[in-house]
Amino acid sequence: MNAALDQANGPMVALVGNPNCGKTALFNILTGSRQKVANYAGVTVERKEGPLTTPSGRRIRILDLPGAYSLDPMTPDESVTADVLLGRRDGEARPDFVVCVTDATNLRQNLRLVISVKRLGLPMVVALNMSDLARRKGMSIDAARLAQELGVPIVETVGVRPGGVKPLLEFLDRAGPAAAGPEPAAWRKQTPEEIARDQREVLRILAAAGVEDFAGPTFSDRIDAVVLHPLAGPAILAVVLFLVFQAVFAWAQLPMDLIKGGITTIGGWLATALPASLLKDLLINGVLAGVGSVLVFLPQILILFLFILVLEDAGYLPRAAFLLDRVMGSVGLSGRAFIPLLSSFACAIPGIMATRTIQSPRDRLATIMIAPLMTCSARLPVYALIIGAFIPHELVWGGLELQGLVLFALYVAGVAGAMSVAYVLNRRGRGSRFHALMLELPAYHWPNLRNLAIGLWQRLEIFLTRVGTIIVSLMVILWALSSVPLAPAGAAGPAIQYSIAGRIGAALAVVFAPIGFNWQIAVALVPGLAAREVAVGALGTVYALSATGKDVSGALAPLIARSWSLPTALSLLAWYVFAPQCLSTLATVKRETNSWRYPVIMAGYLFALAYAASFITYRIALAFQ
Amino acid sequence: MDDRATPLAADAPAFAEMALADLQPGITARVVGVCSGPHAPIEVAQRLAELGFLPGEIVRVVARGFLSREPIAVRVGTGTFALRRFEADCVRVVPAPGARVII
Repeated sequence: MNAALDQANGPMVALVGNPNCGKTALFNILTGSRQKVANYAGVTVERKEGPLTTPSGRRIRILDLPGAYSLDPMTPDESVTADVLLGRRDGEARPDFVVCVTDATNLRQNLRLVISVKRLGLPMVVALNMSDLARRKGMSIDAARLAQELGVPIVETVGVRPGGVKPLLEFLDRAGPAAAGPEPAAWRKQTPEEIARDQREVLRILAAAGVEDFAGPTFSDRIDAVVLHPLAGPAILAVVLFLVFQAVFAWAQLPMDLIKGGITTIGGWLATALPASLLKDLLINGVLAGVGSVLVFLPQILILFLFILVLEDAGYLPRAAFLLDRVMGSVGLSGRAFIPLLSSFACAIPGIMATRTIQSPRDRLATIMIAPLMTCSARLPVYALIIGAFIPHELVWGGLELQGLVLFALYVAGVAGAMSVAYVLNRRGRGSRFHALMLELPAYHWPNLRNLAIGLWQRLEIFLTRVGTIIVSLMVILWALSSVPLAPAGAAGPAIQYSIAGRIGAALAVVFAPIGFNWQIAVALVPGLAAREVAVGALGTVYALSATGKDVSGALAPLIARSWSLPTALSLLAWYVFAPQCLSTLATVKRETNSWRYPVIMAGYLFALAYAASFITYRIALAFQ
Repeated sequence: MDDRATPLAADAPAFAEMALADLQPGITARVVGVCSGPHAPIEVAQRLAELGFLPGEIVRVVARGFLSREPIAVRVGTGTFALRRFEADCVRVVPAPGARVII
């Protein structure tokens, strides 16, 4: 169609294939990108494009598409793939060439899609991905014969090794992208009979190419016999989750102390090196006190992500979805909601995007609405600060670390809240009792160290970028608002009480007094809407400015431990379980649902829940004090 | 159109056709076909076919949930899928104990 338009950037090559066959891993190696990969279906939910220059200098645009079981889409993410291939996507030409990526260990399933794509008439090559795994499993695949029977060229690839795409690169260089393909072949839905006919063709081809595989128990089956066991399975899941939260506190102590020490050293150095000035005040009380109090929680976030990355790379997460499916089903959620909800533990935004893998629009909306109740990593600093300041560091019940236990309870509270909300939504909407699952349980893999390292590095980058941009700028703004106007001469108490921020805090404190929040907390909640961990930084700045004369950078925890009551601390924890989520989450909900209605409802119901939970917590804690 | 007349080996004991949802764990069975279920429209059957629940394929229940016996993890061909009961009701199978090699 408008092929000439993009001539300068070279032809468009689309990666197409079943879910979880390694398209994105190939894409990353081909284009040098770092898109997220994991061992479950549905990690990629939108089109991603990247440039590739082949060894001979040819420029190609590589297009990564969400995985699909067929060209007849059932979910929003699969529609992207079908629409791009059929040229139905507005403003986008059909790809010039298709690389049909297949999992070499699962050709029985993968080749049906290859046959469907072949019918479209686009020039194509089949990438026999994970060919190393197939060989290790003792499968002998006669690639030349397979290509002959299929009637399309084949290259063998290994998506997890940088050199593993060499055959594909050579192919794209040599034979690859021809001129514009023919117009889209007519496409219509396949009946089950037609799919069965395709499958007979697949079996004939596989038999001709000498591919044999067995229905007998595999390595993954033997693990599943234990991990999916009706009794042992849930017990293993509970132990795994539990160990993660224990580790978040137990392992983080040393690196956190180092960071704290570093910040204190810098603060002391600045205090002596700089002459007393506005700039010195900004650097120490604004930037260092704010940023430092957030930065301290980096080790805990990285430890949490290390565990999540290992579990998702190994292929355990869909099993967890299997084990928890009854719970999900009983509150009227689709079993497919599990992965989006789990992604929301990192951040609700990718979680909400991942709901595109859910077929039913109603189920998808319910999942979007509860995603912010999963404890995102930005809330971890808030929890960790308060737990560190108020919960004693001691062992209970024979060796369990109390702080880790409380953190675990907070995560559970978020999940329980989400399940209750889903239940109410389902009852009110009189949703069907039958919600789809049909979730693929992929073969287990050893976690790939390179993936883990990249994944952790990305978390580090994201965190430091947030600290360096949003958090620093909000801290500077907050510092300014907290410093003007100056206190009148001879005023008692810290100057911040006379500032704009102090007055805003005093006004808000009226609203929050019933749930035990003082004016400092009320001030901190406002910038916390931009990014939740900012609330911690804001407390750092507000308290640094409230303290008269003393240098408090890096020592926020003991300060709040002295000035807050325990009911106030518990009330703030309860607040953050439900806390109205950050503005970027609301913007994502607006985009994904295409309406203002749902972000407004979401913000409203979360605010109400947070206030109610804090109120109850505060009153109960006061009664017991 | 009707694929239900699945050829069984001549010497195999005759087993009655049943829903995949009722298959015991560990027993291999051969898929006869997919149909709409009591709680599932034909789109569910269509999807199951696309996932590989096709006539002649060997299936085996790998695991089941506790008490409600739901969800059901089913191995089909070289893949494993978790299904809810109403979905597994859409797949008609005939037990074929001892069927090991697929091809």
